[in-house]
Amino acid sequence: MDLIASICSPALLCQILVGLSRTTILFIVASGLSLILGVLRIPNIAHGSLYMIGAFMAFTVSKLFGGGTTGFWMAMVLAPLAVGLLSLIAERGIFSHLYEREHLMLLLLTFSFALIFGDLVKLIWGAEYRTLQLPESFKGPIPVESLPIPIYNMFLLIIGPLVAVGLWFLTNKTKIGKISRAAAVDREMVGAVGINVSWVFAFVFVIGCFLAGLGGALVAPIVNITLGMDHTLIMEAFLIVIMGGLGNVWGALLGALIFGLTQSLGILIWPQFGIVFPYAAVVIVLFVRPRGLLKSTW
Amino acid sequence: MKQETQGKEFWFIVGLFIVLLLAPFALKRFYIYLLGLIFVNGLFAMSLNLVLGYGGIFQFHHAVFYGVGAYGTALMITKLGQPAWLAFIVGPLLAAFVSLVMGVICIRLSKLYFGMLQISLGSLVWVVVYRWYDFTGGDNGIHGVTLPSLIASTKGAYYFTFLVTAASLLVMYLIVQSPFGRALQGIRDNPVRSEAVGMHVRLQQLVALVIAGFFAGVAGTLFVVIDNSAFPDMLFWTLSLEIVIMCLVGGWFTFFGPMLGGAIMVALRTFASTYTEYWTLIQGIIFMLVIIFLPEGVLGYILRKLKPHKEVTAKGEY
Repeated sequence: MDLIASICSPALLCQILVGLSRTTILFIVASGLSLILGVLRIPNIAHGSLYMIGAFMAFTVSKLFGGGTTGFWMAMVLAPLAVGLLSLIAERGIFSHLYEREHLMLLLLTFSFALIFGDLVKLIWGAEYRTLQLPESFKGPIPVESLPIPIYNMFLLIIGPLVAVGLWFLTNKTKIGKISRAAAVDREMVGAVGINVSWVFAFVFVIGCFLAGLGGALVAPIVNITLGMDHTLIMEAFLIVIMGGLGNVWGALLGALIFGLTQSLGILIWPQFGIVFPYAAVVIVLFVRPRGLLKSTW
Repeated sequence: MKQETQGKEFWFIVGLFIVLLLAPFALKRFYIYLLGLIFVNGLFAMSLNLVLGYGGIFQFHHAVFYGVGAYGTALMITKLGQPAWLAFIVGPLLAAFVSLVMGVICIRLSKLYFGMLQISLGSLVWVVVYRWYDFTGGDNGIHGVTLPSLIASTKGAYYFTFLVTAASLLVMYLIVQSPFGRALQGIRDNPVRSEAVGMHVRLQQLVALVIAGFFAGVAGTLFVVIDNSAFPDMLFWTLSLEIVIMCLVGGWFTFFGPMLGGAIMVALRTFASTYTEYWTLIQGIIFMLVIIFLPEGVLGYILRKLKPHKEVTAKGEY
C-alpha cells in the first residue's frame, strides 16, 4: 500500500510522466521498426543507427539555422527527412535487389548497414558529446502548480499519441496504406493486380526510417548525443515490437508503455536493478504469449 | 573418388595440426596470442553453426553462452576461490544449463520468432551481468584471473587452447556425422516430414541447442585462459551477430567454414586496427559484400569450385 501511496504523490507522478515521455520516443522508433517488420519482413537492425543519425542531424541542422526556436523546429522537420532520404537511397540501391533472399540474410545485411552507419557517424561528427539547446519557450515546467513537469516532456507526451493516430490513419484509411497491408499478406497477389510492389515497399521502408529519424531528432534535446546511443535503443525497440506483436502499431504502443512503466517503477523500487525490470517484463509477457500481446500481422 | 578426397582432407588436417603444434616456436608472442584468439572465435562460431547451419535454428543470441561460460569460469576462480581446473569444467556446464533453460522456453517457436524470443532472454542475462556490480563487476568486467602455472604463460595458454579446441572440433565432427547429426539436418531441410517419420523434432533441436551452448561455453572458458578476463560485451547482441557473420563469411553448411571465417575476421581486425580506427566500417563493408556476392561463404565457394558435381546449397533453403 505504501508503494501505491507513494506512486500517487505528485513528485513521483511527475517522475513517472517524465519517464513516459521518454517512452514516447521509444514508441516512435519502435513503431517504425514494426511497420518495416510487418510489411517488408525485415528485422531492421540499422534502425537504431538511423535514430542516432537523426539525433546528430538535428544537432547540425539546428546549428546551421543558428539555434533558437527556428533552429529547433527546422531540426525537428529536416533531420527526419534527411534520414528518410538516406534510407530511400539504401533501399533503392541495395535492399530492393535482395528482397528475394531469406530473412536471415536481410537481417545480416541491415546489421552490416548498422556497422557502416555507426562508423560514418564517427567519421562525420567525431566521438565527442553533442547537445541540442532547447528554445526558451520549451524551457521550464508547465504552468500547473502541483506538477513540475518540463514543458518539453509534456510536448513529447502529446507527440507520441499523435504519431500513433497518424500511423493508424496512414495504414488503415489511405490507399497506399491499404495496399501495403495487402502486400504484407500476399505480395505476389498485389503484384498480379498491377501494383508496383517494389515502390510500395520503398514507401513503407522510408516511412519507417523517417520515424527512426524523428525519434532521434526528438530525443536530441534531452540526452547527450553520442556514439553508441543506437546499441541499447535498437534492442529495446526490438523487445517492444516483439512484446506488442510483430507489425502491429498498437502493439508497439502497448509494448512501449509496458517497457517504460516497468522501467520507471523498477528504478523507484530497486535503483540498481531498475534497468532489469523491463527486460524481465518482456520475458514474462513472451512466456505467456510467445507471439506478442496483440495480433501480429505475420 | 570420394575415398581419395577424404584421404587428402585427412592428411591436410594432420599437416595443419602439426604446423599449429610447432607454431609457437617460430612465432612472436603477439602472434601466438592471435592464433589463440582465432581458435576461440572459430570454436565459438562453429558451435553456433551446429545449430544455425546444421540445425536451421535461428540462434540469434549465441554470445550469451560464450559470456556465461567465460563469466562462470572467471567467477569460480576469482569470487568463489575454486581451483581453476574445476572452473574450466563448471563454465561450459553452466553455459549448457543456461542454454537448456532458454531452449525449453524458446523451442515452442520457430524461425524468426524463436530468434526474437532468444534475443529477449539473452538481453535479460546481459543486463543482469551488466548491472550486478557486486558479483560480476558490472561494465568493468573481471580482469586478472589467476590461472594454474602450467597454462599461465603465453605458450601454455596457447597449447591448452589449441588442444581443447582440437578435441572439441573432433567431438563436434563426430556429432555431426552421427545419426543424431543426420537427423538434425533432416529436420532443418524438412521439419514436417521428419515429424511424420517419427522424429521428436523439438527434443532433437533442444539437444542440439544444449550441445551448442556447451561448446560456446568452452570457447568462453578458453577466452579467459588466453586473456585472463571476462567483460559484459561478450554477452552483447552485436557480438552474436558478428559471429553469425563469421559463419557466413567462412561458409555455413561446411564443417570448417566458421573456423575459417573466424580466422579471417580476427586476422583482418587485428591488422586493420593497427592502421585505422574505422575497423567497424571496413567490417560492415566486408559483410555487405559477402552477403551480396558470396552467400555460400569462402569455404563453400572453394568447395563448389573443387567439386562442381557436389551440391553446396548456396542460398540456404531452410
